[in-house]
Amino acid sequence: MTAAIEVEGVSKRFRLYKEKYTSLKERILHGGKIPYNDFWALQDINLEIAQGETLGIVGRNGCGKSTLLKCIAGILKPTDGEIRLRGQLAAMLELGAGFQPELSGRDNIYLNAALLGMASREIDKRFDDIVAFAELEEFIDNQVRFYSSGMYVRLGFAVAVNVDPDILLVDEVLAVGDERFQQKCMRRIHDFQEQGRTIVVVSHAVDTLRQICNRVAVIEAGQLVTVDSPANAIAAFRDTLLAIGESDAIPAIAEDPAVGFPGEPQRSGATRRVTLSGGRLETTVDRPKLYPGEAATVVVDIDASEDLRGVAFGFSVWGSNGTLIFDYDSGQAVDLPRGRSTIRFHFDAVPLLDGTYSINVRVQDPHGGVVHARLEPAATMQLQNPGTSTGLISLPVRLEVTHEHRPGDPLLAEQVTT
Amino acid sequence: MARAQAELPASPGRDPHAVAVADGMIPPAGDLPQRVVAAHVGTLTRLREIWKARELLVFLVRKELKVRYKSSFLGFLWSFLNPAMVLLIYYVMFSFILKNGIVDFAVYLMCGLLPWNLFNTALLSSSGTLVAHAGIVKKVAFPREILALAQVGVATSYFFFQTCILVLFLVGFRVAPAWQYLPVMLLALVCDLVFTAALALMLSALNVYMRDIEHLIQVLLVALFFAEPIVYTFANLGSRLGAHHLLWVYLANPLTPIVMAFQRFIYGNVSGALPANCPAHAACGVLASYGQGFYLEILGAILAGSLLLFYLAMIVFRKVEGNFAEEL
Repeated sequence: MTAAIEVEGVSKRFRLYKEKYTSLKERILHGGKIPYNDFWALQDINLEIAQGETLGIVGRNGCGKSTLLKCIAGILKPTDGEIRLRGQLAAMLELGAGFQPELSGRDNIYLNAALLGMASREIDKRFDDIVAFAELEEFIDNQVRFYSSGMYVRLGFAVAVNVDPDILLVDEVLAVGDERFQQKCMRRIHDFQEQGRTIVVVSHAVDTLRQICNRVAVIEAGQLVTVDSPANAIAAFRDTLLAIGESDAIPAIAEDPAVGFPGEPQRSGATRRVTLSGGRLETTVDRPKLYPGEAATVVVDIDASEDLRGVAFGFSVWGSNGTLIFDYDSGQAVDLPRGRSTIRFHFDAVPLLDGTYSINVRVQDPHGGVVHARLEPAATMQLQNPGTSTGLISLPVRLEVTHEHRPGDPLLAEQVTT
Repeated sequence: MARAQAELPASPGRDPHAVAVADGMIPPAGDLPQRVVAAHVGTLTRLREIWKARELLVFLVRKELKVRYKSSFLGFLWSFLNPAMVLLIYYVMFSFILKNGIVDFAVYLMCGLLPWNLFNTALLSSSGTLVAHAGIVKKVAFPREILALAQVGVATSYFFFQTCILVLFLVGFRVAPAWQYLPVMLLALVCDLVFTAALALMLSALNVYMRDIEHLIQVLLVALFFAEPIVYTFANLGSRLGAHHLLWVYLANPLTPIVMAFQRFIYGNVSGALPANCPAHAACGVLASYGQGFYLEILGAILAGSLLLFYLAMIVFRKVEGNFAEEL
């Protein structure tokens, strides 16, 4: 199949001015010379994207992925190398860029579609579709400045996808509007894929990429690290994050002392009679990341300065975006003698999919009540999904398909694994 | 590798439009037109891209016109009212208070103002247009020259509104233009457009790097206004410079012959315009006494020069365009 996009030896240099002199006076004063540092945002990128392919691009903030997308879109000119594109291209870098607040929705559709390269006769034909897709029939003749932000981006998305591009470039704009509208957008993306259009998506949402992409490219510090199947590429991406000791998928809540994060885990002992320390994760594998379904144990040391009667233990598992995945409390009270004890939470099979999870541990009165001590986080657990399934957890499930005439002889029976 | 399908609702939930679109498979990539993004693009390729975006130009011009008078009570009417009122003020000033003896001064003034205003308004608005449209420039790919050219388009629209006002004045003052000079005037209009577009392109691009240009140009334009015989006559300055063999300096300003050509066509039949028909108690020889040949020659040279300047402007524009998105 012919390549729709060929990126050949593309480099992009930015000049970072130490001070920015944009006025004539300053230019003259400095004799036309402005001190700057060269910064190579992209270095010798070679990439071929076949027609009909959906390619994802991941990378840390500032790694150059948006620069690459802007070069492909023709917004930035590469310093070196060239990009060959076949077919009409539409770029969704910012929805509704160029909307004029003073103009009506109708005028803005025409203007924006023309900006994206659509002929006015085409816009006439597509106009009703655009309005219907954006669900703005009632407001189309209102000035855009009276639109809510949701209406604004919906209109932007509707115009961009109706331009009928052969190549669609998307930068982090798939999460638009309410859940129903997001589904509609995803459906349109799938329609595009079925029609054999080429899509390039830049996103931090690795789950979305896993879902829609054929291949994923990983960019790090302006260089192409790998182009591979989503599962492999995303694993490679997570590795680069780990190597740098930073992950933009992990907010402060999940700071992991083991990987050298700044900041101590938060401790508190309301009564000072008991403290928790030394939280750690024990696994049976020698990888830093677990696969879904593997076993893990969270271990925490307890120091009690006096005998404690009738205490209970609790723990909670939190997702990287602060979602509570699971909270448990032992309910059953034990007497804890003075000195050092150890708590172990054994997980026989961790049912979580991709991500970094933090585990908080506490000593408390049974059935809620006073918390005597807590360790937050006691440990963090990183999971990497080598398979193709997406979502939050790995549900153990069996798949069975039977025909009405032969109920006892299934057409398909398999254990779904991640 | 089997691509994981998203958990989307089955067919009944799909909107009918999506299904209709799904039928339209796109042609194989080999058949699609190819486009190259690289550091260097040829001028011809670029001209072709600009030509392809001509509809965008129309939309942008329409947008500017709409936005300018939005939420004003008289709205679009202002684009006619404004020049009419300016003209009325000048007429009252110079015909009754500061009498300058020029017959039908309002008509004379308007002839000069037409090509001048085209130049003036286009440059004033185009020099800042890339900065003003930073949002689009940073996020959408299209030939950016269009933004500068759209400002020339807006100025051209005003040119036509003002022409309508002038026609009204011509009827009111019962002045008939010198029809044999129509081709000269049309050539002058083309010169005016090309020269303006070339400067608009150049200044809009440079202003991204040196924001002073926008302000500098405002002052320069005020000075330049008096370099052409618009509020005074050719005899006032041109002829006097001629006595010192400096007439060429005066005519080297492309706008001077352009303005003079407009005046020769529209004002040429008014009594006192040329030394040949001098009325009593009025200024005599308001216009220069050049013939058609002079105008065609000098305008031809200006057109050639302007085209060259336009070519140069395109090169400059492309040279600096690669970094617009980061400079804005």
